[in-house]
Amino acid sequence: MSILFFLVAGMCLGYLLRSKSAVLAVAEKGMIWSVYLLVFFLGISVGVNQAVVRALGSLGLQALVLSLGGIVGSALLSWVVSRTFFESPRHEK
Amino acid sequence: MRNSFIILGCLAAGILGGALSVLPQAFLDLDLTGYALCVLLFLVGIGIGCNGRVWQVLRNQSVRILLVPLSAVLGTLVGVGVFSVFVPGLGLRESLAVGSGLGYYSLASVLIAEVGGKTLGVVALLSNIMREFATLLAAPLLARHFGKLAPIASGGATSMDTTLPIITQCVGMEYAMISVVNGVVLTLLAPVLIVAILR
Repeated sequence: MSILFFLVAGMCLGYLLRSKSAVLAVAEKGMIWSVYLLVFFLGISVGVNQAVVRALGSLGLQALVLSLGGIVGSALLSWVVSRTFFESPRHEK
Repeated sequence: MRNSFIILGCLAAGILGGALSVLPQAFLDLDLTGYALCVLLFLVGIGIGCNGRVWQVLRNQSVRILLVPLSAVLGTLVGVGVFSVFVPGLGLRESLAVGSGLGYYSLASVLIAEVGGKTLGVVALLSNIMREFATLLAAPLLARHFGKLAPIASGGATSMDTTLPIITQCVGMEYAMISVVNGVVLTLLAPVLIVAILR
């Protein structure tokens, strides 16, 4: 949980500095580049492990199945919400 | 879209570099990613805090609109939970953590890599990027068969930026606000859910 402290601290600082548009620009630049760097290092730590490299295909398949699960599940539940609360006759003009 | 290709490129370059061992082992042993992740989370926080839209959205929305992100999160977790039966290599907890990325692949992958292991981080990156791609491709189909909220729920955290244009094109501008609210709420929820599930 302690890792989320940084997220909350950033939010507070961002809120205090919200009138300064330069802050957001710098934060976004830093965000993009730290993601590039972190993903690159994630790749390195995967690449040095031959067993993981050989398993990349099946990891991709796992990822595909899980993303389909997420899409189907959220689409179905949103369909129920849509029918019940958004497109029911009560809300039609 | 462009950004997700760059990130996939970074992953591929890293894997290649790792396989060819371009970096000395001593450097890898330092494991700076933990610190870099703290910096990233801090910057993400600043981005959220600075973004006037976030506070505005959270202040003046009716309760009904919050049903959309709620259905997106619950639907994702139930769907991922059910589909995890077909993923022999992963436990339910790992699968739910990957699903909790909610399409926010950049943060989800590095956060999960740190808390749940590098391999799971790679699955999270691929899975959440696929979710964005699939939403971009299938938005019209989803809207036709599952109603106007479906592409929004499917887009997850990306419904406030990368998938917003295709969503409004499919379901109409009057749903743009719902789409942004959904994205904002899920962007806030994703890191909290991931840490809570993997803790």
